[in-house]
Order: sequence, then C-alpha cells, then structure tokens
Amino acid sequence: MSQKMTLGQTAEIAGPKKAFIIPKPEVVASMIKRAKRPLLVVGSESAKTMTSDGVLVDTAIRLIGKMTVAATGHLVSEFLKRDVQGVHSISLMNLGDRLRDPLWGGFDGEGQYDLVVFAGFPYYLEWLVLNGLKSFAMDLRTISLTRSYQPNASWSLGSMKVDEWKEVLDKIASTLMEEN
Amino acid sequence: MSKKDLKLKFDELSSVIGTFKGLEIEVGRIFDDEWEEPMGPTPFPSVGTLRNWDRKLLERYKPFYMPFCDLCCLCTFGKCDLTGDKRGACGIDMAGQQSRIVLIACCIGASTHTAHARHMLDHLLEEFGRNAPLEVALNTGVEAPNIRLVCGIRPKTLRDLEDALDYVETQLVQLMAAAHTGQEGDNIDFESKAFHAGMLDHVAMEVADISQISTLGLPKGDPEAPMTELGYGSIDVSKPVIMCIGHNVLPSVDIIDYLMENKLFGEVEIGGLCCTAHDMSRYDKRSKVIGPISWQLRFIRAGIPDLIVVDEQCLRTDIMIEARKLGVPVIATSEKSCLGLPDRTHDDPDAIVRDLASGAVDGVLIIDPKKVGEVTVKTVLEVAPKRAGKKSFSLDELSELANSCRLCMECVRACPNNLPIVEAMQAAKEGDYSPFAALNDLCVGCARCESACPVDLPIISMITKANEPANLLEKFPMRVGRGAIQDTEIREVGQPIVFGEIPGVVAMVGCANYPAGGGDVARITEEFLKRRFIVVTSGCSAMNIAMTRDEEGLNLYEKYSGHFDAGGLVNVGSCVSNSHITGAAIKIANIFAKRNLRGNYEEIADYIYNRVGAVGVAWGAMSQKAASIAAGCWRLGIPVVVGPHGAKYRRMLLGRKDKEEDWIVYNARDGEEVYVGPAPEHLFYAAETVEEAIVMITKLTMRPNDTAKGRAVKLTHYIDLYKRYYGTMPDDLHLYVRKITDVPFTMRDEIMVALEEKDWSEEKIAIPDPTLLDRMVRRRS
Ligand code: SF4
Ligand code: SF4
Ligand code: SF4
Repeated sequence: MSQKMTLGQTAEIAGPKKAFIIPKPEVVASMIKRAKRPLLVVGSESAKTMTSDGVLVDTAIRLIGKMTVAATGHLVSEFLKRDVQGVHSISLMNLGDRLRDPLWGGFDGEGQYDLVVFAGFPYYLEWLVLNGLKSFAMDLRTISLTRSYQPNASWSLGSMKVDEWKEVLDKIASTLMEEN
Repeated sequence: MSKKDLKLKFDELSSVIGTFKGLEIEVGRIFDDEWEEPMGPTPFPSVGTLRNWDRKLLERYKPFYMPFCDLCCLCTFGKCDLTGDKRGACGIDMAGQQSRIVLIACCIGASTHTAHARHMLDHLLEEFGRNAPLEVALNTGVEAPNIRLVCGIRPKTLRDLEDALDYVETQLVQLMAAAHTGQEGDNIDFESKAFHAGMLDHVAMEVADISQISTLGLPKGDPEAPMTELGYGSIDVSKPVIMCIGHNVLPSVDIIDYLMENKLFGEVEIGGLCCTAHDMSRYDKRSKVIGPISWQLRFIRAGIPDLIVVDEQCLRTDIMIEARKLGVPVIATSEKSCLGLPDRTHDDPDAIVRDLASGAVDGVLIIDPKKVGEVTVKTVLEVAPKRAGKKSFSLDELSELANSCRLCMECVRACPNNLPIVEAMQAAKEGDYSPFAALNDLCVGCARCESACPVDLPIISMITKANEPANLLEKFPMRVGRGAIQDTEIREVGQPIVFGEIPGVVAMVGCANYPAGGGDVARITEEFLKRRFIVVTSGCSAMNIAMTRDEEGLNLYEKYSGHFDAGGLVNVGSCVSNSHITGAAIKIANIFAKRNLRGNYEEIADYIYNRVGAVGVAWGAMSQKAASIAAGCWRLGIPVVVGPHGAKYRRMLLGRKDKEEDWIVYNARDGEEVYVGPAPEHLFYAAETVEEAIVMITKLTMRPNDTAKGRAVKLTHYIDLYKRYYGTMPDDLHLYVRKITDVPFTMRDEIMVALEEKDWSEEKIAIPDPTLLDRMVRRRS
C-alpha cells in the first residue's frame, strides 16, 4: 500500500497550490468573525447529509450569524420549509461566475464578498468551482467545511470520520453563536 | 450536387506556347450547379471565417473556467504550473490552457465522428457505388441541412458526401495545429476554434448517418419506426449470445446478414451496447439493445456473452482482460481499436474459427466486415456449448468475497458518485445483499473502485450478482432510431415553435455518466412530455429513457408518440444521429421561415438563437464526442445543460442576467439597438440537481422573438416548476415579462406582486425582430 493519502477522492488530485488544513474549529469561527463581508454557500447535499442538528441545513442555520447565506440547486426550499427567510437562491454556476467578478455587487449591491464558506456539495463539483475561484478570483478567500479535504479552497477541513466531522461543525456553530 | 470530376485528354494540342503531345489534364472536381438557391457568404468556412459570430456569442456568454488540472505537460518546456496568474514557459495562462484543452477535446470528438464517417463512406462507396442516391427521409427535400448550411453544397449521391468530409478533415487538421505550443494564445480564440470543431462535427455526423440510412435500409424519418427490446431480460441466455460493442454498425450488419442468409437468426441471440446497438436495431429490430455504455462491464461480468465483437469508440480499453477472465473470445474490427490482437483479416475464416473456438487465441483483429460476419457466427456456435455453466457466479461466493473486505474506504474515495460500497460490503457479510443490489442503478460501471481496492474485490460483479434476479427480468420496449425529421413535420410545427406556442424542443442526449442513475433522464423527459414540449433523444440517453415504467407498467416510448410534434418522444438513433437534431433546428429556419441555407451559417444561427426555443440536455455527458456535439449546438445558438459531472468539461459559458448591457440586439426592422432581456440566459450550464436542471431547461427555451402568447406559455411552465421545486416565486420575472400581455392569466395576481417588487415597467424590454447581425437590418430609421 502506498503512503496514506489525505485527498477526498483518489482521482480528484490537487494541483501544486493546496488548501491549508484548518487546525481547529475555532479558527473557522474567528476567520468568519474577522471577515468584512462573509458569505455562506450551502449546497444541495445539505438536505441529506446528517449532522448533530439533524441534517446539514439545520447546522447551516446555526452557522449563519452575521453571514449572508446563499443556497444553490433548489435547496432554498429547505430553508423556507424551516421558515428561515432571507436566504438567497442562486445556482452554483451563477455564483461561481459572479464571485470571480471583482465588480459584482453581491446580493445587496454593497460589493464583492471577501470570505466564502462552502458546505454541502457533491465533492467533485465543489472541487471544480473552488479551483475556478483559486485561479480566477485570487483575492477571494474560501473555506470548505466538507468532510473530505478540498485542496482548492484557501482553507479546508482535513478528511475525517463522520462523528468527528459532526463534532467539528457543531463546535464551529456554537463558537459563532457564542460570539454573536 | 455542385461539383464533378473533369478529365481532359489531348492527343495533340497546339497553343501559343507550343505543341503538346499526349497531354492529360485532371481538374479534380468543378462546379456543375443546378441548385437555384444563391450561394451564401460562408461556404466551406475556414477556421477564422465565423470568428466574429463566435465572438458575439462569447461576449454574452463569457467562459467561466474551472480548471480540472492546474498543470500543463504538453511539451518538454514544462510541465508548467499555471495556477492563478502564472504563465507557462510558452507564455500561456490558465484561461488559455483550459480553452486549449476544450479545443483539443472537441477536436478529438469531431475527429472520432469524422473517422467513423470516413470508414462508413469508404465502405459504402465500395459496396453500393459512387452514384448510390441519398434517400434520407420520407417527405423530405432538405436531405442534409448541416452540409447545405456549412458547405454550401447539396449532396445527391454517396460520392457527393466525400466533398463535405474532405473539407471537415482538412479543417480538423488546422484546428489541431492551433493547439501546438506557441500557436494560439487567446482563450476566446481557442473557444471560437472549439465552436468550429463542433460545427464540423455535425457535418461529419450527418455524413455518417445519411450514408447508412440511404444504403442500409434504416428507417427514413419514420415516426412509427418499430419497437425493439432493450435490457438484459431481452436476451435469451439459453442461446449462444453475441455481444457487439461500440458505434460503427458495419461489422454487426454483416453478422446479422450472415445469420439471415444461413437461417440462424432464431438460434443465436445478438445484442449490442452503446450506439452500435441503436444502429443494429435500426437495421433489424430483432437485434437486441442490451443497454448503455455503463453496462459494458456488468454485462460481461454476468457471464452472458459467448463472444464479444468490438468496433469503435467508448469501448473499455481493458476489455481483453475482462474477456480473458471469462474465456470469452473477442473479435476486434477496427484499425482504430486493435487491442493488441493478431491481424487475421486475410486468413481463411474456418482457420480463424478453429483458433478462437479452441482457445488457441483469445481474440483476433478482422478488418473485413463480411469476414467478421461469418467468423463471428461460426465461432459463437462452437464456443457457446463449451461455455455453458460458466454463466453464473453464486451468492455464497458473494458473501465470501465481502468477508475479505478490510473496510478501508479506498473504493468509496475512488467512486465518482461516492456510493456506499462499504455499507454494502458489511451487509453482504451478514448475508443481506439488498444494499449491493441498490447500487445497481446508481453505479456508472467505471470500475474505479476495483482499481483502488487493495484486495482486488470485483465490486461491479458483486453489484451485478446481487441485482441479478431483477436484471434478468428487465425488458423494455424502445422505438428504434428513426433518423431525420421530415420536412412535412417541420412545416407543421415551425410556426408554433417560433412563436413559442410549442414551449420548446428539448434534446435528451449524451452518455451515461449520471450522478444518480439513469432514472433521472426518464424523469426529466417525462416532465417535458407531459407539458407538451417536443422531446428528441439519442444515444445512451434514449436507452435510459426506456428503462423506467409507471404504475401501469408502461414506459415513455409506449405512452408518447414518435412524431416530431408537441408531446412527441422522438428517438433519432445513435450518436451520429444527433446531426438530425441540429438539422431540425436548421430546417425550421429554412422551411418555415424560408431563409436560405446555402453557405449561410451566421444568418441561420442568428435565426435559431433568437427564435427557436431548443435546448440540449446531456445529463450524463462524459466523452469528447459529447463535448464537440455540444460545441456544434453552441455555435448555432442552442444552449446545452449538463449534469454535475459535466462541470468537468472545465468551463461553462454563462450569461449575466444582471448586466443589462449584455442583452442588446438590433431590431431588424429599423436598426435600433434594444434590450430584450436575458434570453436564453446561458449557453453551457452544469446543474447541480435534477430539479435545478428542469427549471433551467424551461427558462432556456425563452427567446426574444416569442409572441406574447408564446412567452406566457413558457412563463407558466417556468413559474409552475420553480414554485414546485424551490417553494417560492422566481426572482427574475421582471427580466422575462416584457408586456402585460406576456403575463399568464391564471398567475396574474402573484406575478404582478413579484413585478411590483422589482419596479417593473412595460417600456423596458423590447419585442423587436431580433438579430445580432448588423447586416440583417433591413432599413435604418
Ligand atoms: S505547452 Fe506551454 S504551458 Fe504546456 S508544458 Fe509546454 S511550455 Fe508549459
Ligand atoms: S464502478 Fe460503480 S461503484 Fe465502482 S467506482 Fe464506479 S460508479 Fe462507483
Ligand atoms: S477498497 Fe476494497 S477492501 Fe477497502 S473497503 Fe472497499 S471493497 Fe473493502
């Protein structure tokens, strides 16, 4: 057997520039806190990915805090079912395309975001969009909260077991909630 | 047709420069034109001829690159890291490199169809002669819309198709050359060249399909084309089974002919995988369609075939390894895919049969289709009895295999769809095989899991075994590929499509690399059929559409007619039949709108783009051929939606509906430049979910030319579907409602509320005679 790999999927091999591994959950919370215009992007897998709150949509709701929230695919319906208003519905392709445009005004017209947090996507799709941003939105910082390492983000969780990941997410959410 | 060979021979010719004896002059082919339609501005366009048109589209739909690889290793200057704003040693940047790879992919795709077309045409010319007439479809005068449009010629015989193909081959060489180190450097120019490759591809596909339709007796645009059987269950495993894989039907035709000539059709089963299966069933509906490409390994591993015949494209390149494991002989039939096998083309057929049947050789290469026919049938009859009993793999064995699983997760990490293989292993250890069986529909048959497994577990075989009882029962009807759309059908539906009253034409095409099984293709298809769109289909998608039944046991081919009309489900056939889909869009411009086709690409593309609500959907697109087919659609202004794996094509062509300045057209009536709203919003788009795709497809059918009634119909579908899946109203209605008359009556109140929130007013969006081409303006005010 070869040396232990840290990639999420064996065929989705990273390029030379790889994400820093987030050392502990508090670091994510503090990066979000320090950001001027943070955006949380929640993907279609969130409706079926289990977390300690139920599914990832429920945890995402706890994460929101001061972040603007975008739901991709048709996920906005899950937020509406939970009576959470103010979540912006946008497709992942449209969002990626806008995030690489420094002149995009964001959902509120106030300007581009400086930190984007991704959670709940098919692994390869997130990999690709993050790689588009890595090369074509070089000023944007990205964080991946996926359970498998996402090499193309600026910061990513390392690959971890389900229970460990649930704990990490829970910790990020509770730290953010305490601080708000 | 327009050109003829000219050969002049003089015994003695006296001229001012002297006297020549025994002079022979050959002028190749000269124009001999009886076609009254005037030649348009761009016959046989070269690489740069349509560059301005491409740039107009690419201005609106700017490429969003998602590099699939950050490095370039194409020359010894590298490898180069192109991440961010870095440049390679040749000076290329990441956008240039990604678009270069798109171009290379499109060239591979277009070359594959072109090589296929060349092989087909050469063979048919030899067999049927140069003057064999082209008879493509009933009630049809426009027999080759892509060739007419691009080349400016009107082919009448097989020989005439050579001119189109010569042109395509020459252009493809130019395009490939542009990808060399230190040639093209601009990403938008690479994109334009990829569009060129796509356009050429549709010409090549048209050559391949109309030549085989005209000579081999395939259905000629018949909406009532016969039903064939599809699925494992359609194969009678008690008989010797021949399995043909690939895309080029010629060897299979000779197998079928040999069976018929020797009255053996009832004694032998012949089935196909991928497009060869389509074309075999078009040739003789008694040949069975086993399934799409993703079933290749599963079907072989099930031990059902007694002999495998491969032709070309989308074959598993490890097929010899697989076949050897099961003792199944292989006959390769194409120089493009020799598989390392000995060339026995010139050997005595009986000697080849002897060697294959005795196991002296495990496979042979035979380039002559007639010989393939004879050797295949004789061999399978000898091999099948010896293989009896080798057809199964026991459930006990499955459980034993699962016991050796180390639960290391390597398989799951290798699986493109992240399937729960380890859970299935754990359950199988306890004797519960249902989680394995559940993977059957979700697995794309790629075998990446097996390659990754440290103990070499045959995961696909285990899935197949667990689902065997269901697999063996699977038998579905599928209407065989009908080929082209008749001119008379176009005449009937041209107006309702252009005015928007038939809400759109949705083309469900492409490969079987689905994110969550082929059932999604049937689901998308049915949604649009129920809403009375026209749905056309081809290739693996046309097969997957057949594989879902309703509560009453009926599938979509049984429920919907094969007519090119509202609510029709039109299977055109194999990959090369995709040319009939673009062909239908072109014919709408020509037959309904009476626009000249001949060498008139820009005008026709401009017409289709602004008026014909056609959308291509390749939910499981995987191959380079799918990339070039899509590129041919883009250049014609037809948007294409792919599934999430399609994002790996590494760039999308996305419009920005929030930028008003991007959506300005000329009004051809007076030359005024007006805003028409973002229709269609995107040219190439990957959807994350089926629901998102369905809504986006609906939206992409909107065109600036829609009448109020047509736009209201399209908006009704868009809003209804959006509300169903997103649970709320769309937030961009103010960009699509142009006048109050566009508002569907039944939704009026809620739409007006949505419009008021966005300060909508009637003056903003124009309904002109839309065109992107300055030269189409009739009069300037
Ligand atoms: S083609 Fe250019 S980018 Fe690629 S390896 Fe050569 S020098 Fe580097
Ligand atoms: S063969 Fe099926 S289970 Fe294995 S990696 Fe491919 S899709 Fe996944
Ligand atoms: S890779 Fe092989 S051993 Fe490891 S979990 Fe998967 S099937 Fe088991």
